[in-house]
Amino acid sequence: MGDGVWLHAIARDLEPGAIDGLAGVAGGTVRTVAAAALVAVASPVDLDQFGEEPLRRNLEDLAWLERVARAHHAVVAALARAHTVVPVPLATVYRDDAGVRAMLTQRRGDLDAVLDRVAGRAEWGVKMYAEPAAPAQSSHDVPAGPRAGGPGLAYLNRRRAQLSADEERWQRAADEAEATHAALAECAAAARRHPPQDRRLSGRAEPMMLNGAYLVDRRSADRFAGLVASQAASHAELHLELTGPWPPYSFAAADEAPP
Amino acid sequence: MRQNPYSDSALTSGGSRAPASGYQPANLGDILERVLDRGIVIVGDIRVSLLDIELLTIKLRLVIAAVDTARQMGIDWWEHDPWLTSHARESLPPGTSPEALETPKEALETPKETHEITKEARDSAREARRG
Repeated sequence: MGDGVWLHAIARDLEPGAIDGLAGVAGGTVRTVAAAALVAVASPVDLDQFGEEPLRRNLEDLAWLERVARAHHAVVAALARAHTVVPVPLATVYRDDAGVRAMLTQRRGDLDAVLDRVAGRAEWGVKMYAEPAAPAQSSHDVPAGPRAGGPGLAYLNRRRAQLSADEERWQRAADEAEATHAALAECAAAARRHPPQDRRLSGRAEPMMLNGAYLVDRRSADRFAGLVASQAASHAELHLELTGPWPPYSFAAADEAPP
Repeated sequence: MRQNPYSDSALTSGGSRAPASGYQPANLGDILERVLDRGIVIVGDIRVSLLDIELLTIKLRLVIAAVDTARQMGIDWWEHDPWLTSHARESLPPGTSPEALETPKEALETPKETHEITKEARDSAREARRG
């Protein structure tokens, strides 16, 4: 069992002191590995915990995963504050520096392209929630047709109308989420939709209609926030939530296909 | 004036509490859906097999709806995984067909057997490729 090298992020260069005082996922000192005019920010991990077999076990432990994910995020976020970085996905582990250098050399083109794309930009998250369903409408909302039959048929008609009203409401909310996403994407260099979060995770009763990520120029951050506010104002029946700035996690993959 | 959107966040060197968000502390789900890259756990030289990833994501799916279906995320993940070094890639069994690695339902409930199931699936994938 030797030491492994956990990657946090990749940059072109770092200011002196950029990694001072940062601790890695396993508490070790953050350091750099350079090759191909790129710098990988790494931290040591013990392969007893982060090797192939222990990793697959540990990743299923949500408490372990949370601790590691937050520690990883802390390093990436600290770097992203003052540098252009490509965040590296969680649990990217190399056996030694040579492996890291080989990857940097091999992927230099991709990484350069991603660095160019995210330079001077930050990621913002916008979530949109629909209003909870209104209480069932009373029967007089449904016009009784001239050919309405007995009580059974009336019930079926009411039920059908109710279902189609729900469907319509859902469709309307989905359309508005779509329109909001398009409007926000206009103000962004790139945009992506994450799958909506489960209610247990979002902690809200309303269904999430949009879980968007937007790569926004730093100088446009205020304009973007203003746009979110105006979208929120124009869709009274939907709630918008803005998070960020994030390191450009959602835009770190090379040749990302448009959403 | 240079705008630094990160300036309002604080970092503790312990690394466990560092909200990147200027608006609200980053919640775990928001972090995970970003750092896990759509549920795929990607490793450099060290591989976590497809089935294990599914086990992970299926557990996570209980709390995170950010994970795409196993099929969507499973296909050819090592072929297109840019973080995997060519050395690690070469050590994957030749001709491994990701379609054959679809998780049998029982495998999801019995993580201990995962390794064997993976091997079996790879063997049958190789046979399927030859035949």
